[in-house]
Amino acid sequence: MTHASLTDTSHTDTSHTDTTELADTSQSGVLAQPYAGPGESGGPDPAGTLLRVEGLGVSFAQPGGRRRVRVLDDVALTVRAGEIVGIVGETGSGKTTLARAIAGLTAPDRGRVHLAGEDIAGLRGRARRRFRRVGAIQFIFQDPLRSLDPALTVGTSIGEGLAIAGSGSRAQRAERVADALRQVGLDPAVAGRLPAQISGGQRQRASIARAVISDPALLLCDEPVSALDASNRNHILLLLDELRQRLSVGIAVISHDLSTLAGIADRVVVLYRGRVVEDGPIAEVFARPRHPYTALLIASAPDIHGRDRHAAARLRPVGTSRDPASRRTGECVFAHRCRFATDACAETPPRRAATDHPGGDWVVACHHADTWRDELDTAPAPAASRKDFPT
Amino acid sequence: MPESAAGPAEVLLKVDGLRITVGGERTEAVRGVSFEVRRGEAVGIVGESGSGKTLACRSVLGVLAPGCAVSGGTIDFDGTSLVGLPRRGWEQLRGTRIAAVFQDPASYLNPSYPVGHQLAEQLRVKHGRARRDARADAVRLLAAMGLHDPERVYRQYPHQLSGGMLQRVVLAIAVSGDPELLIADEATTALDVTIQAEVLELLAGLRAERGLAVIAVSHDLAVIAEFCDRVLVFYAGELVEAGPTQAVLHAPRHPYTEALLRVASVGSWERRSLAVIDGQPPHVGAELPGCRFADRCAFATQQCRTRPVALTEQPDGRSVRCRRVDELALSGAGAATAAGAAS
Ligand SMILES: Nc1ncnc2c1ncn2[C@@H]1O[C@H](COP(=O)(O)OP(=O)(O)O)[C@@H](O)[C@H]1O
Ligand SMILES: Nc1ncnc2c1ncn2[C@@H]1O[C@H](COP(=O)(O)OP(=O)(O)O)[C@@H](O)[C@H]1O
Ligand code: SF4
Ligand code: SF4
Ligand SMILES: [Mg+2]
Ligand SMILES: [Mg+2]
Repeated sequence: MTHASLTDTSHTDTSHTDTTELADTSQSGVLAQPYAGPGESGGPDPAGTLLRVEGLGVSFAQPGGRRRVRVLDDVALTVRAGEIVGIVGETGSGKTTLARAIAGLTAPDRGRVHLAGEDIAGLRGRARRRFRRVGAIQFIFQDPLRSLDPALTVGTSIGEGLAIAGSGSRAQRAERVADALRQVGLDPAVAGRLPAQISGGQRQRASIARAVISDPALLLCDEPVSALDASNRNHILLLLDELRQRLSVGIAVISHDLSTLAGIADRVVVLYRGRVVEDGPIAEVFARPRHPYTALLIASAPDIHGRDRHAAARLRPVGTSRDPASRRTGECVFAHRCRFATDACAETPPRRAATDHPGGDWVVACHHADTWRDELDTAPAPAASRKDFPT
Repeated sequence: MPESAAGPAEVLLKVDGLRITVGGERTEAVRGVSFEVRRGEAVGIVGESGSGKTLACRSVLGVLAPGCAVSGGTIDFDGTSLVGLPRRGWEQLRGTRIAAVFQDPASYLNPSYPVGHQLAEQLRVKHGRARRDARADAVRLLAAMGLHDPERVYRQYPHQLSGGMLQRVVLAIAVSGDPELLIADEATTALDVTIQAEVLELLAGLRAERGLAVIAVSHDLAVIAEFCDRVLVFYAGELVEAGPTQAVLHAPRHPYTEALLRVASVGSWERRSLAVIDGQPPHVGAELPGCRFADRCAFATQQCRTRPVALTEQPDGRSVRCRRVDELALSGAGAATAAGAAS
């Protein structure tokens, strides 16, 4: 693979990944209390910050080798209660690993994950089990069959956690399941069906019901709509939008598709090869991206009203891009595909507040964040949209 | 563009009243579809998953899965009738005059041979190049597909290449015989958006270069808008609207096209409205007395549900399958949102 140059040689033993389901309640004797929520825990975070990730790093051992591949490097992001943060990046950029590390399913080797002020990445043993049992963080996968057992009725899957915890009477649990189904816009009668007997869109709703029944503080949705057609996609996005308002839950939505995020996210975090290259208010980022990769992403998205192919072509390197495997240690992660790379880019660009956003709600990791556009405007448009196409 | 001063280009493919059954003879998944593709023209097919797009493409390629069969209609490719064409006839067409790329390039390559060898083999066996020339031509073709260091790619195995690189290799194989028609069924769906853009540009370049006609299938209207001259909108096995891409996308005339446009990612990145189409399409093969979209249509009347609806030619050059086409003033959601984006 092309990650050879991303390796670092630390041998810390943090590679074990824990694949137990998040809402694992098997250790529990009593129903966990709903998570206290932000603000009540007296943590050090500014009001409303629910999730704060800082300096997060994850690396994996290479098969057979002693080297480790760094998959996430110095990742930082925050999610406030009631906020939807979109996380976008291409295949292999580390989106799923990031979500798993936040949820404690993959052990980070660096950095901190604070949920309402509490460092959850550092939890071990009983404290970690207790945290999981509470179900404060819930996962929603692209394929709802990962959270709904095909052999169980939808209602059984949704109420599983409550049943194992022995919480309430059978009738009370059934009522909570019905409630959860209504929350996600499904007829409570769906509880009696098997996952195979409902549509893909309904299944994804059911898996959201399973997530919200434990009253989570944070929902991590990993490509929740990628398998759905546009109409069902919008149904699910509307539902997430409604839940964040109604339940004040913080939501991180991972997607490789900008248009999915454009509809609902308040902010967007752009990941490229394991690093956050841009993080800011989504409407403003989409209107005027500050990082060359974000700009390329936006210019590449097909558009019903016709995409300006020159806009994308002008953001690609002149000539052909370098082989990603040739990446030099410490270089900007995007340098091999960046039209604006200079000698300065041999050093990893620091994350800096966008000049007109000194408050830090918009950060960019590019040495030339303020100047690459000038070059863009003066650069002659390429003769053809593909320079390397022989004529 | 297929139109020139000399008038429209000659018809290359003519599909007339195509019917395809699946899993037993009674289940009709494609129900009387007719369309034409002219030389050099790019025709897009859009519609929800399950609407029959892939079946229609596969029938043109003569590669329907077992259990699926053309049960009616004709397919004419430049004077050759493709329905019931014997194997020998297909050998002279498929991979030569008609080529195809699909969503999963890896499954069309042999995992145990370097990709360059597979391309050279195609050039040698199928197109009669000498071994030496085949290698040089293969490297040149890989370069033409925008692959950098083509000599190295030539020697690589499929598992060593990314999805975008594999799709370029498969495209190289597809165009190696200088086909007249290329069928691209969800060919960029699995690619990252920056790579998708490059592959779409490559396809557009190939069209311009080689006068290639293309049938592009996508569930994403925006991909079709990118480079198709005309668009065919499929719903539940039927063609419901057909016409020039820009006209259809700016002012849809069938309620389903309009609904598709509303839910698609239209124009504005900053804030998109999240429209939905309530309900589900009818089951594949369902026999309904009236319009197949009626259960989901805001304009449905009793007549819509009880009487069959024909595809009718409109004065503006479109075909629309809607009984109320003349009364409805559809919003043209796409255009409305575009105006919103500009503000
Ligand atoms: N358990 C693992 N062991 C080794 N490598 C992994 C593991 N999980 C993910 N990776 C690698 O980490 C990188 C990021 O993967 P992932 O987080 O799944 O990306 P994304 O979700 O953005 O597509 C990929 O190169 C992937 O191969
Ligand atoms: N090999 C097959 N066997 C049975 N049914 C099939 C087969 N191929 C397609 N179908 C059915 O025909 C309908 C149309 O399929 P398809 O052409 O693949 O749709 P699209 O490409 O528009 O998503 C679907 O409902 C599908 O279930
Ligand atoms: S730091 Fe340099 S290489 Fe990286 S994105 Fe900015 S200009 Fe491009
Ligand atoms: S025929 Fe009737 S039901 Fe069908 S699309 Fe037209 S108005 Fe709607
Ligand atoms: Mg992933
Ligand atoms: Mg298909």
